[in-house]
Amino acid sequence: MENYVLIALFAPLAGSLFAGMYAMKPKRLITGIVTSALLFVSFLSSLVLLFHLLKTEEIVKVKLFDWITAGSLNIPFGLVADQVSVIMMVTVTLVSTLVHVYSIGYMEHDKGFNRFFSYLSAFVFSMLVLVMSDNFAGLFIGWEGVGLCSWLLIGFWYYKKDEPRDVNPSISPSWAANEAFIMNRIADLGMLIGLFIIYWHIGSLDYDVVFAHVNLLDIAIITMMGIFLFIGAMGKSAQFPLHTWLADAMEGPTPVSALIHAATMVTAGVYLVVRSFPIYSQIPDIGFYIAALGAFVAVFAASMALVNTDLKRIIAYSTLSQLGYMFVAAGLGAYWVALFHLMTHAFFKALLFLGAGNVMHAMNDELNIFKMGGLYKVMRWTAIFMIIASLALSGIYPFAGFFSKDKILEVAFDSQHYIMWFVLWIGAGMTAFYSFRLIMLVFFGEERYKKYGFHPHEAHWYMLAAMAPLALLAIVAGFFEEPFEEFVTQLLPEYHIHIHGILAVALIGLTTLIALSGIALAVYKYSHGGFSPKWRETFIYKLLYNQYYIPILYEKLFIEPYKELSKIAWKELDLRIVDATVDFIAAVIYKSGFAGRVVQSGNLSKMLRWMVIGLLILLVLVIVYSPVR
Amino acid sequence: MITLTHYLVLSAILFSIALVGILRRKNLLMLFFATEIALNAINIAFAAISKYYGDLTGQMFAFFVIAIAASEVAVGLGLLIIWYKRRGTIDLDSLQTMHG
Repeated sequence: MENYVLIALFAPLAGSLFAGMYAMKPKRLITGIVTSALLFVSFLSSLVLLFHLLKTEEIVKVKLFDWITAGSLNIPFGLVADQVSVIMMVTVTLVSTLVHVYSIGYMEHDKGFNRFFSYLSAFVFSMLVLVMSDNFAGLFIGWEGVGLCSWLLIGFWYYKKDEPRDVNPSISPSWAANEAFIMNRIADLGMLIGLFIIYWHIGSLDYDVVFAHVNLLDIAIITMMGIFLFIGAMGKSAQFPLHTWLADAMEGPTPVSALIHAATMVTAGVYLVVRSFPIYSQIPDIGFYIAALGAFVAVFAASMALVNTDLKRIIAYSTLSQLGYMFVAAGLGAYWVALFHLMTHAFFKALLFLGAGNVMHAMNDELNIFKMGGLYKVMRWTAIFMIIASLALSGIYPFAGFFSKDKILEVAFDSQHYIMWFVLWIGAGMTAFYSFRLIMLVFFGEERYKKYGFHPHEAHWYMLAAMAPLALLAIVAGFFEEPFEEFVTQLLPEYHIHIHGILAVALIGLTTLIALSGIALAVYKYSHGGFSPKWRETFIYKLLYNQYYIPILYEKLFIEPYKELSKIAWKELDLRIVDATVDFIAAVIYKSGFAGRVVQSGNLSKMLRWMVIGLLILLVLVIVYSPVR
Repeated sequence: MITLTHYLVLSAILFSIALVGILRRKNLLMLFFATEIALNAINIAFAAISKYYGDLTGQMFAFFVIAIAASEVAVGLGLLIIWYKRRGTIDLDSLQTMHG
């Protein structure tokens, strides 16, 4: 079994290195095929591990080597395949295999084809390090690795020029990449402090040791741990107020958005909270705060998705909102529900993004959904896939989202957080509305694209084939709820829902009702010409359209003062003090050397004279400094 | 009575003469002479102080200095002869091939 763990982890790395060898070369199809094949191998190994765990319930541990040993600090490089990490491994490798296959078609005309696959496989490797590590240090390395790969991939088209914010809200790929990286850096500082606190008080970073000893600590210390670890999770999972990078990250190629910014990396924060459940279950107050923030983000992001006109940004906000749902579940102690929603969300959100990629391809990278419409006629399969994904996202029976999202709402109601339940309920309605607004505007109604001279076409068969398994899973994944619960609660705490019978049915009915009415509203409105343009003049529309003015606020509040401060530091401190000091020392040495050059005349008798002078000086010094007798 | 002071004074006088020779002479051969005088001035001081303290180390050291001086002169004179054969002069000011 150990070998399967190693194969699962290192196959993507091998693929990445292979593709990396061709990084500067023109496109080679082989790089795409080899990386996809190696990821498939990794996926198969993960499946083997999953079935092994299902059958024997025996956790597989591999210790590769001692990684850091300094004094009492001992961090081994260890891997673990337990119920939680195996679920993550299967999800990650499955989605990334499909995204790799899809990318062969999506990136076929890109000159960075080989480079793209190298980065993408490197990302999968980092993500697997993150989920498979058996200690916080390894998790942190993976955490940084996915951050790096995310930076590389958001800025994949780094040569695109900066544009003003009114033209392109994310300015340019390189700007968006830097924003994501810096935001994550802020959060990672919090996470690092959390790790320091853990190490300081427990003396180890091993999950087993930490979780065995955490309940012996003072509650204040556990609270600190929880808060700082959650700050790290907030950055990676783009929770308010560190959320702005996720929508801007859509500057990257669409398969990247599907894999990294929807299915896997952004859920790392949820994974961290789920993984650290022994810490969080000690501090329900922080858990409540996490849940409240999650609920807030769920509607906050959904509200921005309501009015946006950018195909990918709408889906990005929807991701943000769904991450909010996951945090609600994790915060309220229903860890397995959070993990379940994480998994189903990975399937249908990746599907949605890949569908969006097909649409973008068909429309020559046009993203404005008001320039589309009626695409169902030319892109039937893409349309069907995206409708399936949207139904799953809206939580309609029998699609996957129904089971996982409904469970979160049930958890909120059951734990007597009625306000939170109501907020999430509203969020569910908004989700249904914006999903079908997108579907209606892109695939149905008037064929507006003809006006703009587009000639859409359906994507390659293998791109659609790569989407098919995701579509299947978006439909059926929900039915695995009970085996899933049974499987992960071997490790995670169980969560018993007390509401039964008529109340439970009523709740499900209510949620389905609002989702259906959201869909109905969207379908009705946009098949009858949409909302009147007057809406665009209202304050609320502008507020939502400009993302609550938060990016502009951040620019005014942080970026510009920071730029000013940097300018002062550069011109006043660096140039006038640091540089001046260094230059002065150099000038003194240079000038004294220039002046002293005459000594080296080459004339022996002159040199002897200098020697005698030196001798005299030494003599004087000996006399002056000789100890008094 | 000749005391330690007398020896040391003699040594100092000889050393000063050597120093003046090193500073003033332009003839390489004379420079060697001056160096020998300086070394022997030190030898006198060594021997005298050694006798004064009844410690043989100083005299041993003087022997070493004599040995070093002899080998130094042997090497130096050899070089000097080659130099004279090449340039036809042993004037110090002609030795200026390495100025900065």
